[in-house]
Amino acid sequence: MARKLLLELADIPQIQNIDTYISHGGYRSLEKALKKMTPDEITEEVKKSGLRGRGGAGFSTGLKWSFLDKSTDKPRYLLCNADESEPGTFKDRYLMEKLPHLLIEGMILSSYALGSNTSYIYIRGEYMFVLRKLEKAIQEAYSKGFLGKNILNSGFDLDLYVHPGAGAYICGEETALIESLEGKRGNPRIKPPFPAVSGLWGCPTIVNNVESIAAVVPIINDGGDEYAKIGLGKSTGTKLISASGNIQKPGVYEIDMGITVEEFIYSDEYCGGMKDGLELKACVPGGSSVPILPRHLLFRESNGDSRRMTYESLSEGGFTSGSMLGSGGFIVYDEKQCIVRNTWNFARFYHHESCGQCSPCREGTGWMERILHNIENGRGTEDDIQLLWQVQKNIEGNTICPLGDAAAWPVAAAIRHFRHEFEYHVKYPERVFDADHTYQPEIQQTYSLTT
Amino acid sequence: MTNLQELSISTEAAENVRRIISQYPADKKKSALLPVLHIVQNETEGWLTINTMDNVAKLLEITPIEVYEVATFYSMYHIEPVGKHVIEVCQTGPCMICGSEKLVHYLEKKLGILVGQTTPDGMFTLKTVECLGACGYAPMFQIGETYYENLTEEKVDQILDSLLSATSSNI
Ligand SMILES: Cc1cc2nc3c(=O)[nH]c(=O)nc-3n(C[C@H](O)[C@H](O)[C@H](O)COP(=O)(O)O)c2cc1C
Repeated sequence: MARKLLLELADIPQIQNIDTYISHGGYRSLEKALKKMTPDEITEEVKKSGLRGRGGAGFSTGLKWSFLDKSTDKPRYLLCNADESEPGTFKDRYLMEKLPHLLIEGMILSSYALGSNTSYIYIRGEYMFVLRKLEKAIQEAYSKGFLGKNILNSGFDLDLYVHPGAGAYICGEETALIESLEGKRGNPRIKPPFPAVSGLWGCPTIVNNVESIAAVVPIINDGGDEYAKIGLGKSTGTKLISASGNIQKPGVYEIDMGITVEEFIYSDEYCGGMKDGLELKACVPGGSSVPILPRHLLFRESNGDSRRMTYESLSEGGFTSGSMLGSGGFIVYDEKQCIVRNTWNFARFYHHESCGQCSPCREGTGWMERILHNIENGRGTEDDIQLLWQVQKNIEGNTICPLGDAAAWPVAAAIRHFRHEFEYHVKYPERVFDADHTYQPEIQQTYSLTT
Repeated sequence: MTNLQELSISTEAAENVRRIISQYPADKKKSALLPVLHIVQNETEGWLTINTMDNVAKLLEITPIEVYEVATFYSMYHIEPVGKHVIEVCQTGPCMICGSEKLVHYLEKKLGILVGQTTPDGMFTLKTVECLGACGYAPMFQIGETYYENLTEEKVDQILDSLLSATSSNI
């Protein structure tokens, strides 16, 4: 069994109650941090831990914290990103439902480190039932003196609130999140200025994912060096993976990123192998935005080594033969799944979720959705495949925020690795009219892999 | 907050609105807009009229357009009447490969309506939505604040029946 740093207490009955949580060692980090450590010492531990942001980008959390502008008199804010809307990702919800106090404990430590006296958890509006659990837990924390004025006589004050979104994937992007928290549409801002200099209400702001903030608790309890011993290379600590799709045991797993992809899928400790005795065809390892990988690239790096669940190993080979760990939304496809249909589905998602500010994304996502819809339903042509390639290329890198890239990459990867399925749809329209169709590999492939 | 009365919401909801406004700096009331709209919508048959939105604008000391642009941007706000129960079926990738399309067809057949429509008795509106963060428990839908997961046709029957009988016993 891998060591659990975040979910260790997840299955203890009533762990959502503060007394149960405390009796299992919860909130013990506060005495140490608030009374014996300076804010900068906390940041230092987080740096040492090698913790990388769990929201998708994998940027060093300690480094990000050190960018926070402390030179002004303006208040500073910590915002927890609990918007979690990337298809394939449901780990933050799991963590918040199971261990609301772990997130609150992490918020107290992190707010202290950053000098935030008012912090917000921005949670997607559909998770209203989670918001209610968090608010109850926050009330409990206030009643124990862990929140409010002069926490544990340390002189540190903190108010913590939960703020609901209202159904918009884009609000997970940190500057859109800030706009939304200001009561506006979720239109991302142009950077710079970065939130660390000018964020919420023009004040220095740090935005971190739920899992990143929760990880600060074991880092303070055990020390950054101890945390860094777990994992492999620059992928330190543990990572929550949301596993879904055609596997035996979908769910949230806390893993040591050093394990191989093969072990993660086939071990009984994790996904438990494929469902219904079918073969694995493809996998999206890090949420819908990252490139899909066919089986032969999923398990091996380009030098023949086993591919592992680390940031580095999953992206090995770049976009030619690799993917990304992203948010850890691990979606597995069996041999019956149609890659074109899945790509169309994701394109529809991004079209729906584009905020509409930048033309390449607003228009391009619509084009991709419609072209893919045509191909998927047997109304596409060979030229459409080329057009689709062009459109995704014209979106990538040409937008204010990375939603454009997130929309383009899955399409590019699908064409790159599964061009034969696109060709098949174009060539045999009558075989794809039925929504349940699958690609029939016995049909001879006449395409060339040019993309 | 005199404008609170104009919203004609329950005392409890008004209390909640007050609490929420207090969570932001006094000169940043606009920040309360999203949470306040959620509360108000729950109290006004699940959708927001122009009049309601105008009153929210007054309450938060912003212009009506600032409320409209938010209400139309976010998918959880309804600006047209909806049924008593809005069934929101997740249709994104992981749910799709685990049977969400069949689930939608089953609901359409069972309710006798298409996606986007409301049953003639005003009981159910059927909607498809994008990823709800329940990918490991697919297929699923949300009704109100509740997630119903790992759905089968039998489960769907039970859920709809119990919602129907809960409503009829309320009358
Ligand atoms: C379109 C889009 C959606 C995003 N959604 C989320 C999200 O739901 N949750 C999240 O933590 N980060 C999300 N991010 C990443 C955030 O912008 C930001 O990098 C992250 O919250 C930083 O926290 P971390 O450093 O702890 O990962 C999203 C980014 C983009 C471009």
